[in-house]
Amino acid sequence: MNEEKEIEEQPKPLVLQKLEEHHADALLSKDETRGTVVVVIRKEQAYAVLEYLKTDPELAYTFLVDVTAVDNSQMESELMQFDYARFMVVYQLYSYQGQCRLRVKVPVHENDLNTLSVTGLWQGANWLERETYDMFGINFEGHPDLRRILMPDDFEGHPLQKDYPLRGRGERESFNFDKQNA
Amino acid sequence: MQGGVERATGEKMVLNFGPQHPATHGTLRIVLELDGESILKATPHAGYLHTGFEKLGEHLDYNQYIVVTDRMNYLSPLSNNFGYVLAVEQLLDIEVPKRCQYIRILMAELSRVADHLLWLGTAALDLGAFSVFLYSFREREKLYSIFEKTTGARLTTSYTRVGGVLRDLYDGCEEDVRQFTSDFPKALKETHTLLTRNRIWMDRTKNVGPIAADDAINYGLTGPCLRATGVAHDIRKAEPYSSYDEVTFEVPVGSNGDAYDRYLVRMEEMIQSCGIITQVLDNMPDGPVNVEDNKITMPNKSDAYGHIEGLIHHFKVVMDGHGVQPPKGEHYCATESPNGELGFYIVSDGSGTAYRIRIRPPSFFHFQALPHMLEGGMVSDTVAVLGSLNVIAGELDR
Repeated sequence: MNEEKEIEEQPKPLVLQKLEEHHADALLSKDETRGTVVVVIRKEQAYAVLEYLKTDPELAYTFLVDVTAVDNSQMESELMQFDYARFMVVYQLYSYQGQCRLRVKVPVHENDLNTLSVTGLWQGANWLERETYDMFGINFEGHPDLRRILMPDDFEGHPLQKDYPLRGRGERESFNFDKQNA
Repeated sequence: MQGGVERATGEKMVLNFGPQHPATHGTLRIVLELDGESILKATPHAGYLHTGFEKLGEHLDYNQYIVVTDRMNYLSPLSNNFGYVLAVEQLLDIEVPKRCQYIRILMAELSRVADHLLWLGTAALDLGAFSVFLYSFREREKLYSIFEKTTGARLTTSYTRVGGVLRDLYDGCEEDVRQFTSDFPKALKETHTLLTRNRIWMDRTKNVGPIAADDAINYGLTGPCLRATGVAHDIRKAEPYSSYDEVTFEVPVGSNGDAYDRYLVRMEEMIQSCGIITQVLDNMPDGPVNVEDNKITMPNKSDAYGHIEGLIHHFKVVMDGHGVQPPKGEHYCATESPNGELGFYIVSDGSGTAYRIRIRPPSFFHFQALPHMLEGGMVSDTVAVLGSLNVIAGELDR
């Protein structure tokens, strides 16, 4: 209760005002930490919200800084908060006009790893989404060229998932030529 | 499809550029589809140097990870060290002493000059200007001597610590750096006379690999490559971190966004960095270089050996599960590295090891935008454009 009051006393960032006005049903959570506004958006409306953030003349988040994901499977508090969605796709945005940063997070459930690609909005999203697919297995629908980017094409698994062991699943054993030839 | 000549579709030829090519300076590969000498399609491939830095970050503690950041952009490891510890410190909500902030700026700007010098030498060498390579490496060597004296290493500097730096500047550092900043503009002028109005250099770089400002933003270009298009954006100005708001400097911009503008922007940035370095030396405050919180930084050796508290603090900082433990939360911190926006996104679960570390490398975006700059050009421009972008495979693949 107290926290809500404190938020009301401060002037609300423009982006939160506008999102509440136009996309209130998409907002799952909102927060402001260390000068950055962080919003969590429902997956179904993620593309529409990101498009709005980029094209709205007052907000103009024209620079997609980063796309990545976090595997929350070992972070119980995050899991509980967002209906046990294992992955959180994280978009970092920057507005050259307003000189401010914004973090948009989209929860993605393990049983439905599809989410819409934003390559139509930002060309730079292409490789970022490929890397997120490569490392976490998240499938960006509508991506023109969703292939692995860092790992070899024939690699199995997604190395940044929390259940993937640090030392691999035996892939490196094939480097042991003595053993192979014996 | 890789390599060889493809005759099935008329006269189109597929040319493999890299992964081992003198102009790639690292292992990266571009597959070029050619019609005669003009490029129809360019497909860059990354991943040859993938080392799993982000996965390692989930298994090393916060201070151990500094060693990994050395290996990202290996032309300016001090900038990576700086960007990383800044992210951790902001997550911890601590501010390092003024002297430490100034030392970090000093080292970051020196490494910016070193990075641009190596870029200058190799980019010119790729286009046949061998003397420039020798001139810029001569200057770079002076910087590396300063780095070696300060950090103990030329490349694997690991100079910063969470909450401070490894050690204060060595005696005589100021004289060495002042000597460098007074000699350097003269040396850079020599390079200007060799290249800037050189007919061959201008023919090879002017209007080669141009990109418009809108496209550059859309592709996520940052740093000198973005400023060459005319966007006067510098994180040191827009979101001043450390003590960058206390120094004055200009942000050089280009107009065409071609290889020649990227060259001019980097040349001017070196001069601006020298100005910052002089201001930092003039105003260098006295005082400690580490935060006085023994839960975060190591105590003095005399305390560790002489007092039980010092010994306990030393033990706690070093031992797994007792050292730096940021509160639960997440933070994205961006710094202006020589190549552009270097960002660290750290998710902490409250333990001594990050839950997730994401590195936002500038080269990743520059390499991605390469086809946009190459397609429609000539095959010989590939080297000029790739050289002008300064793609570093270490941070590209992490």
